[in-house]
Amino acid sequence: MENNNIGPRRLVVGAHYGLMDWLAQRVTAVVMALYTVILLVCFLSGSNFSYEGWAGLFAMQWFKIVTFVAFLSLVYHAWVGMRDIWMDYVTKSVVLRLVCEVATLVWLIGCAGWAAQIIWRA
Amino acid sequence: MSEAVKRNRRQFGVMSFSQAIHYRLPLAGVVSIFHRISGALMFLLLPFVLYLLDKSITSEISFEYFKGYTSRFPVKLALLVLIWAYLHHFCAGIRYLFADFHIGLDKDSGRKTAAGVFAVSLPLTALVALKLFGVF
Repeated sequence: MENNNIGPRRLVVGAHYGLMDWLAQRVTAVVMALYTVILLVCFLSGSNFSYEGWAGLFAMQWFKIVTFVAFLSLVYHAWVGMRDIWMDYVTKSVVLRLVCEVATLVWLIGCAGWAAQIIWRA
Repeated sequence: MSEAVKRNRRQFGVMSFSQAIHYRLPLAGVVSIFHRISGALMFLLLPFVLYLLDKSITSEISFEYFKGYTSRFPVKLALLVLIWAYLHHFCAGIRYLFADFHIGLDKDSGRKTAAGVFAVSLPLTALVALKLFGVF
């Protein structure tokens, strides 16, 4: 670790929230990519495009859980991504940026609630 | 200490939109800005996707409604845009994951992998478009 490009004398301190979010965005991306593969395999290997085939897939408990995990990954991933966008472009006003960030969170949490309802209602 | 740091420097903000438009991006930069645009787009259209999922799995009646709804031209167009966004975001995202492992960081391979992202995402989008609009 002595020869990394931040220099040997610099001690990296702090809570590493930035690193955590950066890493979480990567991990959640992999989760969603895997979910995409699972969904495609189940969909294409299943018989068809009929209601029975499609709803039957979402009727299985393991698939509901996997779907929900993928959706929560999406929420975290989109939160980090949207926050990056606000941090890059909304630089003139801290208040405006905070409003954007809060609106993003409200939007995403609302969507997560709706997703949970859709997944477990049927 | 803090007085010494505060000199009358010129402050540089982010570039304005008109500046950004006239800035010629390298191919990897085009991948990057579309990665951002596609991500924001999917974020905004998330309720639309949830609405479709809801209709498609709730009941046989709602499934029939879903089929009718998604056969409308504007809805098909919106779906195509979303599918492009997903495919681009997916392919570019995989490129970034490799970049995180310091694979393909130099200028030449960066350009090649950027071209590779478009070479995968655009034909797949075209394929979906043909399917959506009933060519096969």
